[in-house]
Amino acid sequence: MAVSFTSQREIEVHRFSLPVTVLVPLLAVFLQAFIPLRFPFFLHFDLPLLVVIFFAMARRNPTAGLLTGAAIGLLQDSLTGHPIGLYGIAKTVVGYGASSLGVKLDAENAGTRLLITVGFYIVHQVLYFTIARGLVGLDLHWSWPHELIAAGANAVLGVFLFAAMDKLKQRA
Amino acid sequence: MENLMGRYRNVSILAAAIFLQIVGLAVQVKVKSENESSRLIRVWAVTAVTPLEKAIVRLQAGGHGIWRNYLYLRGVRQENQALQQQIQQLQLDQVRLKQDAEQAQRLQALLGFKEQFISHTTAAQVIGSSGSEQSRIVYLDKGSNQGIATDMAVISADGVVGKIIRVFANSSEVLLINDQSSGVGALLEQSRLQGILKGKASGELILDKIMSDEEVKLGEKVLTSGGDQIFPKGLPIGTVARVATGSQFLQVTLQPAAALNHLEEVLVITQKQDREPATAGGSTAARAADILAQRLPSVPDKPETPAPGSASAPPQGSGPSPAQRPSLTQTQNADSPAPKNLLPGAAPAAKSPAVPAQDPKTAKPVAVKPAVVPVSKPSTNTIEQPSPSQSQPPSPAPGDTPQ
Repeated sequence: MAVSFTSQREIEVHRFSLPVTVLVPLLAVFLQAFIPLRFPFFLHFDLPLLVVIFFAMARRNPTAGLLTGAAIGLLQDSLTGHPIGLYGIAKTVVGYGASSLGVKLDAENAGTRLLITVGFYIVHQVLYFTIARGLVGLDLHWSWPHELIAAGANAVLGVFLFAAMDKLKQRA
Repeated sequence: MENLMGRYRNVSILAAAIFLQIVGLAVQVKVKSENESSRLIRVWAVTAVTPLEKAIVRLQAGGHGIWRNYLYLRGVRQENQALQQQIQQLQLDQVRLKQDAEQAQRLQALLGFKEQFISHTTAAQVIGSSGSEQSRIVYLDKGSNQGIATDMAVISADGVVGKIIRVFANSSEVLLINDQSSGVGALLEQSRLQGILKGKASGELILDKIMSDEEVKLGEKVLTSGGDQIFPKGLPIGTVARVATGSQFLQVTLQPAAALNHLEEVLVITQKQDREPATAGGSTAARAADILAQRLPSVPDKPETPAPGSASAPPQGSGPSPAQRPSLTQTQNADSPAPKNLLPGAAPAAKSPAVPAQDPKTAKPVAVKPAVVPVSKPSTNTIEQPSPSQSQPPSPAPGDTPQ
């Protein structure tokens, strides 16, 4: 018998309307590009990543999760000036992982969301840096303290953002 | 077999998605041309995002304008008085600077220097950023329809901002000078040392290729050298904030002059002119020659036969006395732009490397770095500067007379 940490309520699968599916990622990418102009500290946040994690965990479908991650990542890549695919690959993996994990964990719990976001943020950054350095040859500076603080900040923002976005869910 | 496919379906799709993106990355890394394969995706993304950014920026500017121009007018009267006083002071300064600039132009024309002048700029508004810590890029609300092209320099009222790297129909992408893939020819204002300005991954500005044995002062201004053929010479980049000694080169960290994190409006230099500076007046050549004759050590005049009864004939070989000879520091602003070409934020014109700055007190040979080629192009009729020993003879003591 397979061991699962989910209850009957927790494995509810959600879906989203088409406008939400299209507009929320677009809005996240837009805000990520726009807010740092006024508040430069916002560069430490990664709104598109939070949206990927949320959609993936709510849908609980690995294929949908990885495709959502790829689409959002590629969109984000196209604004950076770097080769397209850096964020794409990292968010593809995160989307797949979040949706796979969402099946096994209580994705509605704030504490779980906090930990998951911290974990996936670090995974995302490790992947991004690895690809950027290994495949593209970018000279990026890795700092564990910075990444951990950013992971914590993103996780806190994620808890509030996920709670707000829960209203957009529709039961499948 | 079907069970196997169904069991590993998700992993297969994941592997396929990653594989495709890696192939795409490899293609982009290999083909680094302007006809980039990813241009279509970038156009779609920018087209999707920038209209909303433009709308919000304009709405914000409109609201801010109504508030500032019609509602919040507290302190305007006092500010007006202060500004009028400032205008009076600036008018006085302008008269002096104009004279200096005209003199510099005459000398520059005589020396045959060509200088890049900013002849046309386009104002643009910053509407977005890359949204990534690893990429320092901003988007402007002007594109190819407004005459923007790649490799145009972007400046602000405070200093250099970056250059255009991609142009879309109604927006464009600017690579900031603190991006790690950026590079700008730069020189230190006082020491005239030339280097290459680069960005670090952390967003710091570094002036590279300054030899370790050189001395760089904290707070010294850094200007564009013009060697990159993108930024005209003499635009302010920043000031020296930190100097660390490396094995071969100094690690000079700069504080940027422009607020790269809070950009709102910028100027895109859409047209530059490579020309000799204009000179005022029709009799310029003669006047410039006169000035140069007065200032440079001259050939001794032929001794004139003293008239009978003349009490004080000039002694043989008397040119200008050493004390009358000008120091070379008087020609340091020889490449100042014309007053009409002075731009907001434009620093006093950079000095030409062909006329090295030589303070009489601190004169020392300055090695010209081959890393950056200066924009100023001395023509073949460049007048040789006298050596420091010639140009700076020991000043005679007061009361001394030529022997």
